[in-house]
Amino acid sequence: MKYAVIKKEDLNKWFEYLKKKARLYAPKKKENLYVFRPVKEVSEICLDYIPTVLPPKKYYFPQKEKLLKFSVQPFKTAKAIEEFEEFILLAVHTCDIAGIQCMDVVFRDGPEDPNYLNRKEKMTIIGIECLKYCDDKANCASMANHVPRGGYDLMMVDIDEKFILHINSEKGERLVKGVAYIKEASDKDMACLEHAREEKKKIFKEEFKASLSEVYESFDNNFNAKVWEDVGRRCVACGNCTAVCPTCYCFDVLDDMDLSLNEGLRYRIWNSCQMDDFAKVAGGEDFRKGRDLRQRHRYYRKFKYPVDKFNRYFCTGCGRCTRTCMAKISLIETVNALVEENAVSKKNTATAA
Amino acid sequence: MIDREILLEKMKTSPYRPMKARIIEAKMCTDKEKFFRFELEDNINLTHQPGQFVMVSMFGYGEAPISICSSPTDKGYFDLTVRNVGVFTDRLHSLGEGDVVGIRGPFGKGFPVDNMFGYDVVIVAGGLGIVPLRSLIRYIMYNRNDFGNVQMLLGCKTPKDLLFGSEMKEWQRRAEIKFNCTVDRADPDWKGNVGLITSLIPGVDLNPTRTYGVVVGPPIMYKFVIGELLKKYIPDHQIIVSLERRMRCGLGKCGHCQIEGVYACQSGPVFDYAQIKKFKGECHEKAQ
Repeated sequence: MKYAVIKKEDLNKWFEYLKKKARLYAPKKKENLYVFRPVKEVSEICLDYIPTVLPPKKYYFPQKEKLLKFSVQPFKTAKAIEEFEEFILLAVHTCDIAGIQCMDVVFRDGPEDPNYLNRKEKMTIIGIECLKYCDDKANCASMANHVPRGGYDLMMVDIDEKFILHINSEKGERLVKGVAYIKEASDKDMACLEHAREEKKKIFKEEFKASLSEVYESFDNNFNAKVWEDVGRRCVACGNCTAVCPTCYCFDVLDDMDLSLNEGLRYRIWNSCQMDDFAKVAGGEDFRKGRDLRQRHRYYRKFKYPVDKFNRYFCTGCGRCTRTCMAKISLIETVNALVEENAVSKKNTATAA
Repeated sequence: MIDREILLEKMKTSPYRPMKARIIEAKMCTDKEKFFRFELEDNINLTHQPGQFVMVSMFGYGEAPISICSSPTDKGYFDLTVRNVGVFTDRLHSLGEGDVVGIRGPFGKGFPVDNMFGYDVVIVAGGLGIVPLRSLIRYIMYNRNDFGNVQMLLGCKTPKDLLFGSEMKEWQRRAEIKFNCTVDRADPDWKGNVGLITSLIPGVDLNPTRTYGVVVGPPIMYKFVIGELLKKYIPDHQIIVSLERRMRCGLGKCGHCQIEGVYACQSGPVFDYAQIKKFKGECHEKAQ
């Protein structure tokens, strides 16, 4: 069985079943926004949602994560976490799954990060495919993340009164096997899936003015573009954009001592390249002085550096940075402005030649 | 070789867990810099390359990247020399013989000593830059017949700031290293040069195709020194630098040390000029 179906009326029953299998995290409404939360009541689960405030990153790369247990006298160190618990992420958008794939690449790249990899091993991902845009801030079609591209165990697709489940791993199969109300998908169901995908093509259009390779070229050729001055002037360096980004993984390391001042824990906590001391060394030199340079760095870490290193764009198109920005800096507008600058500079070089 | 395997295994299974290291010798070198000699737990040798660094841990104070200033040929111990510039280094300065710190590493790419076999070497050190370079100098001293002429240009603020002054005589004698030193401000006893380190380079006699230039110092120094070495026609890939960056993990993850597309803790801290020339703006050390 590669594709299964579940009737919408049976969903809550299945979610209850999942809840018993492992710790279950799912999107839930919070005021006018959405957040991933541990599921207490399956009725709270929200399948139709715009990207959550924080991506599910907080479960596989926690804001504050123990790295080490230590004592000063006598000098002793120990692993801080003995065992990681099994968990299921439910109803993850394809953009956030792309984010998980990016993190996998980073933390698998040697030297490997055992904390991340151990936690990842215990994670089951049940995705949900978006059939319409969440809002006008997303750029998932340009990043080609509006359709599933692997990285999940099960993928749910809404086909009217049913959900199709794409079974993509053994882990996924175990969650549907033997469940009486989950049936193998019929030819008719598959036709519905085809139809849904066809309909999607009419809705999702590339949000950037140019193709992704032209966007890359714009980054490659215009390091000192004017757009960064503009972005830098507006940026208030709050670091929201990096906190909500599913592919931002920079961290700081800090020690937390007991009252005894002898024992304590070493943590890693999320850090942001938008903070003014991020690239400053003890001698006083700051290698990214100014918000313009720090914002440029953030964009290059999505559209240039990881492409060179991992052949992968680290923008997933979720639109969170745009949604959360207090200065209303829009990723789509910024990239489009850069593409325009590139076009102008190319034209100028051509005329000069 | 066995020590190397133990260290690699530790790095793989628990990369954030420091090893225990005991201070077996500590002494102030100048008003601001203190020298430490450490012994690793279980008598493991650090098996580093000259130019690599370690993350030093003091629980409760955190961790900081520090250049190793001894050579891998110095067995049974390794040396660090630290300037007191903040909370962490101030605490480190308060430690003495018998005290214990945590060590992770060695990390990064060191000086390309294997490629430098058979070449002449011009070492240019500014201020604290002599510290990582001491690992290279000692390495050359122990493997002297692998290298051609070795000369060293040294610059510091005042004669008082000169590090490893007493060792320099040994280097001169045992390693036949030609020395030339300059200070920004002299004192009455100073008999050497006064002025910027760049002023020493034009007078150096060298064969560019057979010479490696190794430069370590404050960011401002690099572009001028590199400029002078280029004027001497030393090829880009034979000009070697070591770059200081903020670091938190040493594993190419935490993001602080990133210079455009590369992590200095993994791809560096030692780079050649051909590599840093490609940086578009975030490498302040690059000649403009």
